[in-house]
Amino acid sequence: MEALSQVFFNWAIIEKVWPFLLKGFGTTLLLSALVIPLGLAGGLAVALASTHRSRVVRGAVVVYVDFFRAFPPLVLLIFIYFGFPFLSIDLPKLAAVALGFFLNTSSYYGEILRAGIESIPRGQMDAALSMGLRRGQAYRHIVVPQAVRNVLPDLVSNTLEVIKLTTLASVVALPELLNNARQAQALTYNPTPIVLAALMYLALLWPIVRLLSRLEHQHLNAR
Amino acid sequence: MSNLDRFLASFANLEVAWRYLPRIAEGMLVTLGLGLAVIGAGVVAGLALAVLRALRVPFTGWLIVAFADVFRALPPLVIIIVLFFAFPYIDLPMSAFVATWLSLSLVLAAFAEEVFWAGILSVPREQWSAGLSLGLTRARTLFHVVLPQAIRLTVPPLTNRVISITKGTALGSVVALHEILNVSSSASSEAGNPTPLTLGALAYLVLFIPFVWFGRRMERRFAWKR
Repeated sequence: MEALSQVFFNWAIIEKVWPFLLKGFGTTLLLSALVIPLGLAGGLAVALASTHRSRVVRGAVVVYVDFFRAFPPLVLLIFIYFGFPFLSIDLPKLAAVALGFFLNTSSYYGEILRAGIESIPRGQMDAALSMGLRRGQAYRHIVVPQAVRNVLPDLVSNTLEVIKLTTLASVVALPELLNNARQAQALTYNPTPIVLAALMYLALLWPIVRLLSRLEHQHLNAR
Repeated sequence: MSNLDRFLASFANLEVAWRYLPRIAEGMLVTLGLGLAVIGAGVVAGLALAVLRALRVPFTGWLIVAFADVFRALPPLVIIIVLFFAFPYIDLPMSAFVATWLSLSLVLAAFAEEVFWAGILSVPREQWSAGLSLGLTRARTLFHVVLPQAIRLTVPPLTNRVISITKGTALGSVVALHEILNVSSSASSEAGNPTPLTLGALAYLVLFIPFVWFGRRMERRFAWKR
């Protein structure tokens, strides 16, 4: 038991690597704060486009969404990060990560928000228009708020997935939590840093999982 | 060379594609095998856990909830890295395949358990009472009355989960598992040309587009009728 804690939870090593991991944790938070709003905005655009009158627009949206849902996000990231230099475009790490995640998360958020918008009865839009609101205003004040409420558990669930997605940035050596933990592990020849990082992810994400379970339960009961 | 020619020569170079096609096909087989192994183990384990929870076996309830919470919260890449890089220190070395398979199966089991559990909860309580009052045991009521109705509801959400977790097989490339992504990115650095990456991307489309379409159809079929 003594030996096990020496290997997996070595205090001397924790003291040494803690500031470095904390810095990575900060980057993980910042990265999430960048890609979640971007993905939500893109997803809303995708959802609104999928209610467009033109068949061509709607078809294009389906192709976009299915295409980027079929790709593993890591493949997208590698393709962008290692492929773009061949086009003589030098993309900074952060931009490559943000672009790769945007294509993936906007598709997922888009599908969720589309389902939300479709769950709102047509009468809501008709009523808003007959009150003299313009289409844009009707979406903004009447349809979208109700749609968001209807699919809130799915939105929270996807946001959880997006935060977990940020670990992929370690593959292109963006200094987020997992990347720093692996570096620390390589330097100390001890797995304590990655175990500690796993506990830090758990501390960040477990509350979201609990919130999600509660939301899902409420939705089930409300039906 | 025009811009288009240059683009094609780097991203769709037929000569390079021809050279690396066999290796990428091998990678596809690894991805396919791993994916199927993950789906099998994850779905079966998830169903088993939901059944245990529904049968109210003593002490299992909160253990199952804790398991599902932890493996829904942890990023899959973190689990793979812990299994692959930390477990050898306690003399439990794992091959890249086993580490990736075990990690993704645990994650899928956690999500599948929640989906099946939600399905079981959504079957009206009267169905349980009816089964029990006919003299069926709790287990028989669950298997013959409740589960058949619950499973129908779980098809669309489970399909989507299965797709998104199976795509995680690409994470195996981080621990040098020779699946599609790993093979195609090492081929492209060897060739000094990104065409193998294009091939790898196409390989993923070939494998996953049918699943995505299937998921879409299931969603329509089981959609709420307003």
